[in-house]
Amino acid sequence: MYELTDVTKKYDQGKHSVTALNKVTLSIPDGQMVAIQGPTGGGKSTLLQMLGALDRPTDGTVQLGTSDLSKLGQGPLGEIRAREIGFVFQGFNLIPTLTAQENVETALAPLGVPSAERTARAAAALESVGLGERGSHLPAELSGGQQQRVAIARALVKEPAVLLADEPTGNLDEQTRDEIMDLLEGLWRDRGLTLIVVTHDSAVAKRAQRRLLIKQGVVKEIS
Amino acid sequence: MFVTYLRRELAGRRKQTAIVAIGMALAIALVIIVNAVSSGVQLAQSTVLASVYGVGTDITVSETPTAPTEGEAGAGGPQNFDFGADDGATTDGTTTVSQSRLSVDRGTTAFDATALDTVSGIDNVSAAAATLSLSNTTFDGALPDFSETGGMPTGGDAAAGGTPPSGGPDGAGGSSFSVDSFSVLGLDPADEAVGPLSTVSLTDGRSLESSDAGSNVAVLDASYATTAELVVGDTVAIAGTDFTVVGLVTASSADAATASNVYIPLDVAQSLSGLTDQVTDIYVQATSSTDIEQIQADVETALPDATVQTQSDLASSVSGSLSSASDLVKNLGLWLSLIVLAAAFLIAILFTISGVTRRTREFGTLKAIGWSNGRIVRQVAGESLVQGLIGGVVGIAVGLAGILVINLVAPTLTAGAATTDTAGPMGMPGGGGGFGQAAVEAATSDIVLQVPVTLSVILIAVGLSVLGGLLAGAIGGWRASRLSPSEALRSIA
Ligand SMILES: Nc1ncnc2c1ncn2[C@@H]1O[C@H](COP(=O)(O)OP(=O)(O)OP(=O)(O)O)[C@@H](O)[C@H]1O
Ligand SMILES: [Mg+2]
Repeated sequence: MYELTDVTKKYDQGKHSVTALNKVTLSIPDGQMVAIQGPTGGGKSTLLQMLGALDRPTDGTVQLGTSDLSKLGQGPLGEIRAREIGFVFQGFNLIPTLTAQENVETALAPLGVPSAERTARAAAALESVGLGERGSHLPAELSGGQQQRVAIARALVKEPAVLLADEPTGNLDEQTRDEIMDLLEGLWRDRGLTLIVVTHDSAVAKRAQRRLLIKQGVVKEIS
Repeated sequence: MFVTYLRRELAGRRKQTAIVAIGMALAIALVIIVNAVSSGVQLAQSTVLASVYGVGTDITVSETPTAPTEGEAGAGGPQNFDFGADDGATTDGTTTVSQSRLSVDRGTTAFDATALDTVSGIDNVSAAAATLSLSNTTFDGALPDFSETGGMPTGGDAAAGGTPPSGGPDGAGGSSFSVDSFSVLGLDPADEAVGPLSTVSLTDGRSLESSDAGSNVAVLDASYATTAELVVGDTVAIAGTDFTVVGLVTASSADAATASNVYIPLDVAQSLSGLTDQVTDIYVQATSSTDIEQIQADVETALPDATVQTQSDLASSVSGSLSSASDLVKNLGLWLSLIVLAAAFLIAILFTISGVTRRTREFGTLKAIGWSNGRIVRQVAGESLVQGLIGGVVGIAVGLAGILVINLVAPTLTAGAATTDTAGPMGMPGGGGGFGQAAVEAATSDIVLQVPVTLSVILIAVGLSVLGGLLAGAIGGWRASRLSPSEALRSIA
């Protein structure tokens, strides 16, 4: 359960400051699938950073469950990210020198999962995204869609409450996009995740239960 | 995860790993070689010093010559041979005179033997021996018998057509002189651990023994004995007294300052030279090399007139290509290895920083999925450290190979020790063969450079590679720790 109250985020750029989020008040119940749309520079990624405990707002509060993310320091925020939040990025963001299996395991390293259990869980996560045979491949040896599947496995292997995706299909062709969205939707349904997807693509956004439009830092519901 | 990631990074980014490691290896190899050559040169220097000043001698004490005071037999002053009117034997109008005297070398000052007790009483002195360094000069002359020609011919008499001089070795009033001299070292036969006799090896007969005190026995330098055609059992005349030759010795180095032509018991030398209870040099052995400075200071306080020299003072007197090598190693080698080391560190640091910058999104992503700063710093530092260690290991291998090559080539260095008492033979031309040679000429000796491999050099090398790796890792890690996790969301080009 997300509870955002008057969240404002300003970036200082030399003399003038940019208001990326302007008094955003928003509540997202657990298990909801939300699409965030909006023009470039509207504040989509900034909102995702607030939701993902990557950054703190300049003003306002971001409540996730019992924690107020706007009040926590870097250490506790990192722990919340490690335990409760999974990320999927537009550029996949896999570690290029690590194999698919090892990339998935990086998500378990900060949780102190023992090595044997880590291996088993990562293999199972790869299996669940349809890449059971590709564990020993380096990212460069995989297609874009396969890389994004590895990234999804990495995001979900720790069994988070929330999955945040920033343009997860932005770098993929239409067919692959649909495959990835089918996968995400299936996982969301199976696991009862809160899934928040930032997208430019209305075909993606249409799959969501709820759609938000963010323009010049202001959030509106699309009905 | 740490190890896996580390291994993958180093293997996956071979070029960066290789460049950093090669830089480090080069520097480490250079440090090892310079360090080892430096200790090799030092070893060679101490070999030279040991042969010159005696094994185990840490400090020498002598006295700088002062102007002789009025009436004092000029120790080190010009030496005179005085002949009375009735001296010599006259036959056929030729008077032959012969006189032999034993005196202190010019430039050397005898001082009271009680100084030995003073030195022996100083803390941490494990042994001390005193010697009296002398030279025996024999004057042989044949000159016309002036009494027969009616006294000294004067210019006036000659012009007046006086009797032309006759007699002398050429029968026409001429004169002939010869001066022969050799060095004599008086030493306490009981002292064997320290001092001149510790540097010689016996080749024939026996060495001086404690029971020889007071006896007219001598040990000769073997090469001098050959020149002088003397063997064990012969007698040698010193200051007109006959000494029995009991042994022959060879100095380990011909240029040893302590080497002498003839060695006799100290008390005999003192009484023959008229220098009762006087010595010229004291050789001191310290309990430990760390005590040398303290002993030097104490001796200087106790004996204000004395010149106190330590091995390191003496080391500065070593000349020749050994000394050039020493300078080369100390200056060029040191600076070169420092510069290469600094360059290697800089390369490691710059490559680590650029690596972190290139991996901004990677580290941002890891932070976004919950990696702590500490975990990321450890990862970056670990990579640099291992790169440094790889460089260190390669560097040690290259360095050891370099040392092996040097030892196989075994370059020969010449070394000369310009000894401190370089007094000339009484400033007199025609000084006899062998006279004061040891003291006068800084003869050279050849030393084959052997470069030792010490554990400490290896440890220094490992330490430096760890230091370089940690330095680069700390700086790179610090950069990585400052990255924001939102870098993960930065759109890519
Ligand atoms: N780190 C930053 N420093 C300064 N300004 C920033 C920073 N991040 C975002 N901004 C600014 O905040 C505003 C919102 O940016 P944001 O990235 O949230 O937009 P977006 O909706 O995700 O756009 P896009 O569709 O291009 O990804 C923009 O004007 C952007 O320039
Ligand atoms: Mg964005």
